[in-house]
Amino acid sequence: MHIRTEKAERHTLSVLVDNEAGILARIAGLFSARGYNIESLTVADVTEDEKISRITIVTSGPRGVIDQIISQLDRLIPVHKVTDLTELGAHVERELALVKVRGTGDHRIEALRLAEVYRARVLDATTSSFVFEVTGGSEKIDKFLELMREVGLIEVARTGVAAIARGRDAA
Amino acid sequence: MEGEAMVTERSGADILIEALTDLGVEVVFGYPGGAVLPIYDAIFNQTRIRHILVRQEGGAVHAAEGYARATGKPGVVLVTSGPGATNAVTGIVDALMDSIPLVIITGQVPTGLIGTDAFQECDTIGITRHCTKHNYLVKDPAKLGDIVHEAFHIATSGRPGPVVIDLPKDVQVATAAYRKPGTANLPHKGYRPQVKADPSLIGAAVEMIASAKRPILYTGGGIINSGPAASQLLRELQRLTGAPVTSTLMGLGAYPASGDAWLGMLGMHGTYEANMAMHGCDLMICLGARYDDRVTGRLDAFSPDSTKIHIDIDRASHNKTVQVDLPIVGDVGRAMEDMIKMWKASQHHKPDLTAWWAQIEEWRARDSLYFPPSDTEIMPQEAVRRLHEATKARKPIITTEVGQHQMWAALYMGFEGPNKWLTSGGLGTMGYGLPAAIGAQLGNPNALVIDVAGEASIQMNIQELATATQYKLPVKVFILNNEYMGMVRQWQDLTYGGRHSHSYSDSLPDFVKLAEAYGWTGIRIEGPDELDAGIARMLETDGPVMVDCRVSKVANCFPMIPSGAAHTEMILHANEVSGEMDDEAKALV
Ligand SMILES: Cc1ncc(C[n+]2csc(CCOP(=O)(O)OP(=O)(O)O)c2C)c(N)n1
Ligand SMILES: [Mg+2]
Repeated sequence: MHIRTEKAERHTLSVLVDNEAGILARIAGLFSARGYNIESLTVADVTEDEKISRITIVTSGPRGVIDQIISQLDRLIPVHKVTDLTELGAHVERELALVKVRGTGDHRIEALRLAEVYRARVLDATTSSFVFEVTGGSEKIDKFLELMREVGLIEVARTGVAAIARGRDAA
Repeated sequence: MEGEAMVTERSGADILIEALTDLGVEVVFGYPGGAVLPIYDAIFNQTRIRHILVRQEGGAVHAAEGYARATGKPGVVLVTSGPGATNAVTGIVDALMDSIPLVIITGQVPTGLIGTDAFQECDTIGITRHCTKHNYLVKDPAKLGDIVHEAFHIATSGRPGPVVIDLPKDVQVATAAYRKPGTANLPHKGYRPQVKADPSLIGAAVEMIASAKRPILYTGGGIINSGPAASQLLRELQRLTGAPVTSTLMGLGAYPASGDAWLGMLGMHGTYEANMAMHGCDLMICLGARYDDRVTGRLDAFSPDSTKIHIDIDRASHNKTVQVDLPIVGDVGRAMEDMIKMWKASQHHKPDLTAWWAQIEEWRARDSLYFPPSDTEIMPQEAVRRLHEATKARKPIITTEVGQHQMWAALYMGFEGPNKWLTSGGLGTMGYGLPAAIGAQLGNPNALVIDVAGEASIQMNIQELATATQYKLPVKVFILNNEYMGMVRQWQDLTYGGRHSHSYSDSLPDFVKLAEAYGWTGIRIEGPDELDAGIARMLETDGPVMVDCRVSKVANCFPMIPSGAAHTEMILHANEVSGEMDDEAKALV
């Protein structure tokens, strides 16, 4: 007997929650307990009184599982609202990465040139290294990192995806 | 605690008692320890709440479940930190799976010691986060009142479930003001379960039922949870539509077993007619059930040609395992009420289901509850049947442990009303029945309460015999003693070539002497000729009675849909079925 797996879709979910102790554990634990994937998760409070946080989760799974994830999140007591931004369509997703690259000579010049193409900013420089700040969709950042690997990537810090619906209204 | 304060302050422990009293709590099941001593001291000083001292915290939670299920009120538990809380976990998961409203108060080490591996510290919040509907760590006595009120609201509304309140010892001692909050002041504004279903969906459901040729009402524990009115509404909905009714294990009693439209329980050990009707229906109306794997059998073969309506208060129950055509979120009782109103308003006639009923009668004629009789030994099915005959006039509350005896009780007891059948369905927890019977008896002092037990399961919470003795609860325990973990042995017979690996109940105690040691009456029934007299003696005897009923050691529980099989692949009253299954089947639950 072998274990079978099903075809997965990638979805970005935006979840508004009460900003209280343990909320992240509640969300993360729901995913692990029910065997759902988390590709990325970001969280910060988003209201003036700091009482509500927005959690952005990128997950993947078969269609039915995505629907279950939304329903299961919705049933947590501190959750106010769950929006499937992927399903909604028009939305923007951004991620920020800090990328350390080491190299001299041609590698150094190449790194700078690539950074320019990707509109990455130099946050720190030594004679043999750079720290770049790059923002964009996850794919752009993946691509940037792939290129940097060739010229001397040392380490990376990524924020994970923040996302919001396009247009004038709240999703 | 300034002298000029307008509202008097009181300790966290007193606030807890005050809030529980405001919420109408009459009984708390508990067990003391260091981290709850301030609460126990507050209990000592009052008479409004009755504390029932169990013998192990696991017993407290099951007793609270039994109390809740039999009375419709939330069950309340009080245990200490560390081992007290961990002992409670099985019952908490049990309540989560079966949607039983509970509030469990656990003591915790003082806030300053949390995280230091203090004596009897454990991460109760972490441990129970995913096996409760919600949980709270209270760090400020000023917030305790609101939290207790919200905990009860959450436990009892929407899809009910267990809620844990973890209360550090210093918070029990520190003082604050308590005022009774309104529901508008509760901390979580986002929690608003949808009780009323969307009328347009209800309208669609009514039209579908009116035009169905082969409808079936597939009912579940949600109807019991909705309250006794929902059971009455189900009966009316059935009268109007003429549809046959089946039920999950958890929903037994919502529709009377003596009713004409009753097909019996469905699922793995359900009747032939119930499962065949589920398979062959053109419209499945699922009312407060959740398409559990014990009900559906093999998913790709589950009722392939039916349109499916699913009414459930928990949106996450929709399309979890089975894709349905019309999911409706709402309280099932309210939804049935609305359906009945719309049915009448649209002047639908009772549909002509003659052909469907004729088909069902053919299935019924297979008599799937038949079992081979015996003159020499008591057949367990016969024992349950006799027990039912002897007790039905008294409308007993039946609890069970887990195993074959549980299924036999479900199939042969016959329930006429809700809140009379208390069993561990979702988790299947051995050791549930005795404490649950104790809780049920406390909530219904005059009722006849019987735990139909197995000799293995009953030993899992045997210590609770003392609780019944202490509180003079006339609980009856009827053990179908087959000297086996019968259900395990049955699976070994069916799947593992009859290799009975560790499923024999060796070194059994003498249950009669054991009962007597705890101050109970013990009765042994050895053979068929003693059965009726033994049952009669149990019923005549005041106070708690334990019956050791010796039954056939080899009887297996049929009908059965083997794990991973389709509804159409039932094994009916087979005497002996033995075999070996392939790995795919062995890997299924
Ligand atoms: C706490 C727990 N452990 C193990 C099981 C697995 N299990 C299910 S039924 C059963 C045997 C029960 O034996 P008994 O109480 O004698 O009932 P019988 O099946 O013989 O009627 C076991 C071990 C369980 N359900 N619960
Ligand atoms: Mg047994």
